[in-house]
Amino acid sequence: MGQLFAVEIIYRGVFQKTLAKGICRGIVLAAHEEGKPGISFGRYGDSPERNGIPAKSFAIVANDEQTLEAGMAQYEPKQVDVAVVLDDTLCKGAESWGWYGLETVNKTIKPNGTMIVVSLQDPDSLLHTIHAKPQPYKLAVLKGIASFSGMWVYKDDHTDVRVLGAIAKALPELVSLQSIEKFIKDKLKNDLKVTSAHVAYERFSTIEVAPGTGNTEEPFHFDLPGWQALRHGVSVDGVTDRGGAYADPVTGQLGGFRPGRNDKFKKYTTRTMRPVVNFETCTKCTLCWLNCPDASFDVTPDGTYDANLEACCGCGICEAVCPVSNCITMVNESAFQDNASQWEAFRKDKAGYTVWLKTVVVPVGERSHGFRYRGQYKEQIPAALEIAKG
Amino acid sequence: MATLTVPVEEKKKKKVEQEALITGAEAIAIACKLANVDVVTAYPIRPYDTVMQYISQLKADGEMDCEYIVAEGEHSQFEIVKHASVCGARVFCGSSGVGWMYAMEALTVTPALRVPMVAMVGNRALDDPGAFGVEHNDALAVRDLGWNLVWVDSAQEALDTALIAYRVAEDRRMFVPVALSCDGAFLTHSQSLVKIPTQEQVKEFLPPYNRGDLLLHPDNVISVAPQVNEDWVMEIRRQNFQVTERAVSVIREVYADFERIFGRKYGNPFFEEYMTEDADVVLLGMGTMSTPVRVTIRKMREQGLKVGFVRLRWFRPFAGEELAKTLRRFKAVGVIDRDFSFGSPHLSGVVATEVRSALYPGDGAKPPVLGFICGLGGREVTLPDVEKMAEITLEAGKGKSQPLTQWIGLRG
Repeated sequence: MGQLFAVEIIYRGVFQKTLAKGICRGIVLAAHEEGKPGISFGRYGDSPERNGIPAKSFAIVANDEQTLEAGMAQYEPKQVDVAVVLDDTLCKGAESWGWYGLETVNKTIKPNGTMIVVSLQDPDSLLHTIHAKPQPYKLAVLKGIASFSGMWVYKDDHTDVRVLGAIAKALPELVSLQSIEKFIKDKLKNDLKVTSAHVAYERFSTIEVAPGTGNTEEPFHFDLPGWQALRHGVSVDGVTDRGGAYADPVTGQLGGFRPGRNDKFKKYTTRTMRPVVNFETCTKCTLCWLNCPDASFDVTPDGTYDANLEACCGCGICEAVCPVSNCITMVNESAFQDNASQWEAFRKDKAGYTVWLKTVVVPVGERSHGFRYRGQYKEQIPAALEIAKG
Repeated sequence: MATLTVPVEEKKKKKVEQEALITGAEAIAIACKLANVDVVTAYPIRPYDTVMQYISQLKADGEMDCEYIVAEGEHSQFEIVKHASVCGARVFCGSSGVGWMYAMEALTVTPALRVPMVAMVGNRALDDPGAFGVEHNDALAVRDLGWNLVWVDSAQEALDTALIAYRVAEDRRMFVPVALSCDGAFLTHSQSLVKIPTQEQVKEFLPPYNRGDLLLHPDNVISVAPQVNEDWVMEIRRQNFQVTERAVSVIREVYADFERIFGRKYGNPFFEEYMTEDADVVLLGMGTMSTPVRVTIRKMREQGLKVGFVRLRWFRPFAGEELAKTLRRFKAVGVIDRDFSFGSPHLSGVVATEVRSALYPGDGAKPPVLGFICGLGGREVTLPDVEKMAEITLEAGKGKSQPLTQWIGLRG
């Protein structure tokens, strides 16, 4: 039995589908240059066609056909040599679209394997959100923003070849830099991209992540029932809790309304951004609460609206409909460590919350994902290129 | 002068096949381009929709010239190509799961009208529950209606079989549709290296579609599909029956010609045998489950367990006589059904029931045929699952009584 190599690309559905697919193609075609057979495929159930959903693409390469077939015999690799995360907000988790609990982002990395994250953060700050793993692995950051490269309306920013260069450094047994460069020259026909891959290769460095290092929170999970325990008729238990008033954490007074919600359906890692609410500027107009497609706003006992982060998928409609300029702001999810209620924090410590708001909502109105006006992405390209240059 | 003439063989070599890293869906789209399909109708449903995406891309890029019609639903989708085909157009169509079912009325009339349509079925579980994963019940729903049904297990085979399907369907002795079944995800969405035949090769293999006296055209004054009563129906059905009598020999002929022109060998067109020569027992199944089965068999062989595998390609026509002759060599047969047939004899899946039926006539050996229901709704057919099925079949081969139908890989 020869050697089998597996790489997974974890990405956001639709926006990064072409990018992820392109990277996997690059791996397989470059390895093919070295006489190694390979295949690439997407994790089907993830629904990569759906907006922002965490999804995975894989490249499997082997020394010989029989070993490759043994790798292909699995629905998807149970263990990978390299995992690439194309959006650092996915460090919180990369569960499939069915939300079968929370799948940690580093779940499939082999002991001493490598995780490469495209991010502006440094590895240590990423480790605050990445769940701890019992086995050691290596972590590397490829400096960059979450790229939409490959979507037809966005410019190419070389993220694809930079990742390929990094993979060649992380796992030279899989594919050499020379093969990557040859692939870029022959298939992508772009000499500047060859340089980008080369620079990424040269600058690539990892840190060792010791067992147990990282976010020690127990990931949300539940067990799938057997066929005899399932209800018949393709029916599931509904939410019987109709919801109701809840207590103010300071006065203990009951008020407001929090609807009952499905306790097995939490949208933690769907979000790339979350709404941050300034309760002092809120005019209680109800528009966020009315327009939220997921009914994720709780009416607080004092009549304001608190985005419940177990239910919020981070779509940003609340921000768009809020008539107050500095009340709801969508902020990059990587700025947060938990899903606790903002309103409770505000009630407990108004001054502290105001200070926190200022640190989080900077600069007001600048989105980290998605765009406010036509051409914004193009404007960001020079800055992204500067980052890439290091 | 003779020295200046380039031999025909040399000429052929110059137009070499290109290799590309593509999905099974992309491979079929390229086959449609090479087959110079005239009319394509589309309506999205996973996993079939990747084919329509690739075809629309080929058309947008100016690589393929065809009418591309996005219908308002699968029923119209299949009706439009049916009519186009009667007017002499080479057509392509496809769907998945409940989309295929929604087209059912059009599907039922297509064989009787002698329409050589090629349709791709991206096998998908039938809703409810809504699921994308592979199950073979969608394509199998037309098994009794005069459609030819073929399953493939690689992108290369998908491309080649799409070309073969046109040749088979448009053979004047046939003129019936072919459904090319591809397992959702495993085949439709996986990229592997595929050899793309040259246009010259395809031209040689696939003559233009000639509908002859069945062409609906002002110069050929006919009327198609009038209302009839009991005075007519049985004779019409008998004509379709005649096609099924011919199908096996036509398909064999087409594969032989494919091998001659393209140089790729598929051996027996109807089923592929893997490590069966000295096998005590065999597993039998269709589609991409072949990968975990082959890997497991290699592992079991290392332990001295003589298991083989028979991968059925053509389910319609069902090469019953030939398959029976092969299966009688073994002590037991374990059929892996990626489908269900509730209430069937022995409550087995569709394929197991057909295999038992094929083995019944004659005085030859009748090995026990065990039915396994496995991998429904896209569930992975795991290596331990295959090993378990092989072990049960080996036990049956030793004469130990086993249940005729078992569910494998089920949460209890």
